[in-house]
Amino acid sequence: MSAGLATSTRSIEREIWGLLERVPDPEIPVLNIVDLGIVRGVHADPAGQVEVQITPTYSACPATEVIRASVRQALDRGGFHEAIVREALSPAWTSDWITDRGREKLRQFGIAPPEKGVGNVRQLFSTRPVACPRCNSTTTERISEFGSTPCKAHYRCQACLEPFDHFKCL
Amino acid sequence: MTAAAHFDYLLRLGDTSLILGQRLAEWVGHAPALEEDLGLANVSLDLLGQARLLLTYAGEIEGKGRTEDDLAYLRDGPEFRNLALVEQPNGDFGRTIVRQCLLDGFQLELYGALSGSADTRLAEIAAKALKETRYHFRYSAGWLVRLGDGTDESHRRVQRALDELWRYTDELFTADAVDKEMASQGIAPVLADLRPKWSRQMDDVLAQATLKRPADASFKWHGKRGEHTEPLGYLLAEMQFLQRTYPGARW
Repeated sequence: MSAGLATSTRSIEREIWGLLERVPDPEIPVLNIVDLGIVRGVHADPAGQVEVQITPTYSACPATEVIRASVRQALDRGGFHEAIVREALSPAWTSDWITDRGREKLRQFGIAPPEKGVGNVRQLFSTRPVACPRCNSTTTERISEFGSTPCKAHYRCQACLEPFDHFKCL
Repeated sequence: MTAAAHFDYLLRLGDTSLILGQRLAEWVGHAPALEEDLGLANVSLDLLGQARLLLTYAGEIEGKGRTEDDLAYLRDGPEFRNLALVEQPNGDFGRTIVRQCLLDGFQLELYGALSGSADTRLAEIAAKALKETRYHFRYSAGWLVRLGDGTDESHRRVQRALDELWRYTDELFTADAVDKEMASQGIAPVLADLRPKWSRQMDDVLAQATLKRPADASFKWHGKRGEHTEPLGYLLAEMQFLQRTYPGARW
């Protein structure tokens, strides 16, 4: 392969990453799917074939089908009509893949971002303190392990008394 | 024989998630509090997602062109391979939590082991499901402790549910020819190996919940061989009604 070809496939890949950064998560629209860490790979080969690999956050996340359709649309708009969108389960998505930019967006939106590093499975009842996204107090309590979407838990701040969502560590 | 056992094994996993997911969905709109309504619905949704992945794969292994929907909606009771524990009726919230905790603790060990399966596709599904199961277990164990160590009334109710449901746990660890063949190929773990860890985990939760562990009892239901208890029929009647009455109906 010539150096020129390698450069052009790389620039195509960069262009596609740019397109994907404009695809919002349907349930948390402040986040795009790249920030969310569900785009696992973009590959362009010298023959012009493009493949985008995405992974679901949860096995049954209802947003997955919407996301796949939005990715398809974004690729079509960018002129990549023949691009293949593939879904891969492995390696399984982890909230550690949410970018730092994504975490900051979540906080500003009022959702406490997940802590980095997935906790011990068998550690049943001790969880690290979650900071309130509004007043930053760590005097918070978990109301429910499950919230409005599969990826969130329901918390309340005991300092400012506001309820908030916490993006779960997975 | 091997493909048939493989198919059967995947049905056991998929049906167990599907039937428990359906049971939990019966709570939607009826749970004691909004938070628990959401919690049970979330667990149900995870289980349904796992069932979809497993039944789709089972259909491919069978090779007769059956889809996840064909398998979920167009089989009769004796063709279902779920554990008898998960088809047991919800009862009150406490009974639902007891059933969930017994099964979550099992799935935690099972999916942990299956994450290293020689069947890479199954290993991928299991690795995904394992992460979700951790939350299910935290939820059900957390509630079991609160209810067991709660009021006299809540303690009495969950102890009774535990006494009634414990007899179904023996099936979780009793291997038959299909389980043994899968284990010999490295596709599935040896079920008996999972038992000590599950047992310790349950002892730990039950101790915190101030509940008494019932004596092990022999069982006569073999859900994973298609020998079910009566409640499964009623569950299927509701779950399958639409596809049975309007075959091929779509959203």
